[in-house]
Amino acid sequence: MTTTRPTTPARPAGPAAQRVTQARVIRSEWTKLRTQPSTAWSLLAVALIVGVGALYSLLRVTRPPTDPAAVASFDPTAVSLTGVQLAELAVGILGVLLVAGEYATGTIRATFAAVPRRLPVLWGKAVVVGLATLVLSLPAALAAFLVGQSILSGEGLDIALSDPGVARAVLGSALYLSAVGLLGLGLGALLRSTAAAVAGLFGVLFGPQLLAGLLPAAWSDRIYPYLPVPAGVAVTAVQPDPVFSLAPWSGFAVFCLYVAVVLALAAWRLGRRDA
Amino acid sequence: MIEAHGLTKRYGDKLAVDDLTFTVRPGMVTGFLGPNGAGKSTTMRMILGLDAPTGGSVTVNGKPYREHAAPLREVGALLDARSVHPGRSAYHHLLALAQTSGIGRSRVDEVVDAVGLGGAARKRAGGFSLGMGQRLGIAAALLGDPRTVILDEPVNGLDTEGIRWIRSLLRGLAAEGRTVFVSSHLMSEMALTAQHLIVIGRGRLIADTGMEEFIAAAAPSLVRVRSTDPAALAALLRSGDVAVSGAEDGALAVSGLSTDQVGRLAGAAGITLLELTAQQASLEEAFMDLTRDAVEFRAPTTGGAQQ
Repeated sequence: MTTTRPTTPARPAGPAAQRVTQARVIRSEWTKLRTQPSTAWSLLAVALIVGVGALYSLLRVTRPPTDPAAVASFDPTAVSLTGVQLAELAVGILGVLLVAGEYATGTIRATFAAVPRRLPVLWGKAVVVGLATLVLSLPAALAAFLVGQSILSGEGLDIALSDPGVARAVLGSALYLSAVGLLGLGLGALLRSTAAAVAGLFGVLFGPQLLAGLLPAAWSDRIYPYLPVPAGVAVTAVQPDPVFSLAPWSGFAVFCLYVAVVLALAAWRLGRRDA
Repeated sequence: MIEAHGLTKRYGDKLAVDDLTFTVRPGMVTGFLGPNGAGKSTTMRMILGLDAPTGGSVTVNGKPYREHAAPLREVGALLDARSVHPGRSAYHHLLALAQTSGIGRSRVDEVVDAVGLGGAARKRAGGFSLGMGQRLGIAAALLGDPRTVILDEPVNGLDTEGIRWIRSLLRGLAAEGRTVFVSSHLMSEMALTAQHLIVIGRGRLIADTGMEEFIAAAAPSLVRVRSTDPAALAALLRSGDVAVSGAEDGALAVSGLSTDQVGRLAGAAGITLLELTAQQASLEEAFMDLTRDAVEFRAPTTGGAQQ
């Protein structure tokens, strides 16, 4: 390495020009997201949405439903969007890593030294994760739907995007994934450790349903629709179950409320704890 | 300008920083010295608002750091050379930091060149040597062209050339009127760089003084004298202000007298001298003396070895 004489380049701009703004922090977080290796998780999510949907559609088309009850309950949209259930883990982990990864590597201290008020960092990451997951998963969900339907059409099992509730279910799948990404981000900021936050993510996604199963049936049936995932996936179904599910948008609103609570807790702790 | 008032940090029942009050002034390099575990890094984290003080307060350029609208303009800091995502390139690490304050790509290129990272800036930071990591950290500290520069152990892991480069960089920054606050556990390094010293041990302030005063006050000169009759010589020299102690080889260590004075006194008394030397206590020893009671971690055997 060659010795470089210390240079003192002219001040780039006046002090007002170097203000930290939310828009600037969003830009910075976008740079971080696109330059960190774990962003590959988002591509995995896309592959899962499209690949698993196509595989499951192939599986179903080789063994089409035969008895009338099975034919009546066959949901071609749900079959083609099966991958969303797996992709939620990938986007959740992406959210976790974007913030817990900074704690693990110590980057968070450089980040907070640059943005000492801290909260703009959390909001910046939320905007970036939310939008990036939405922008990736919407075309992926649409592709999964179209590929799946073209496979199912072999047995005449397909449905059209213009049928009632179908377009909303495809859009809803992308919105749901985006919200799971934010949930992962909130858990990462709250728990700081990657392992703890990933465990927390699995806990929030799968735990409540398991615990509800331990309750008396009369209770569990009543609270089940309000649990995070059952509420959230209502928007991804063409016809949500009238008993075990809320209406599509109310369910999604309930899920967003859970996410908002986690983010609010994360914000509250972020301002108080030592970095 | 950094001003700390009664700054205190407690972790559980352990006081990491204990009622520190000091001022770091612009226009000179201020060394922040103390043994490992003395609380230097904790103090620096509190200055940057990364850790909240348990008591007291600290301001940078007149305000708590968090309240500055353009923080990178006020303070550039190197706290830990390893605070970089190993999978990201140095350039993108710097760019992300710069973008928070609207600092452009051209400035990122400037600081990359200024610290001598050059082509390595496009490589993954995870593959960097400790020295390159330090250069990257210093590049980050310079991004906003800050009025105050805070560097925690910047020479760690640097080769001789890098150390020289840091020294001239720090002096240059101070000469431009900036506040430069640099921590180290090596007195010898600070002696070559700093004009002012803040010494802490076990979280408490031990000294806040100019470098020259510190050297003069902390390093009394000793005279080593060997003679044919040490006992008589010791009796002759010993008085109110003069301390005499024996060394193992029969020589005496005399403090409070110059070599000239010892020679004349011995000559007048007819004592034959075999050796007469002035011994300047090293800066390192002066620092060790000052912080002897405040060392947090020490191997049990080293306590008496200094005598």
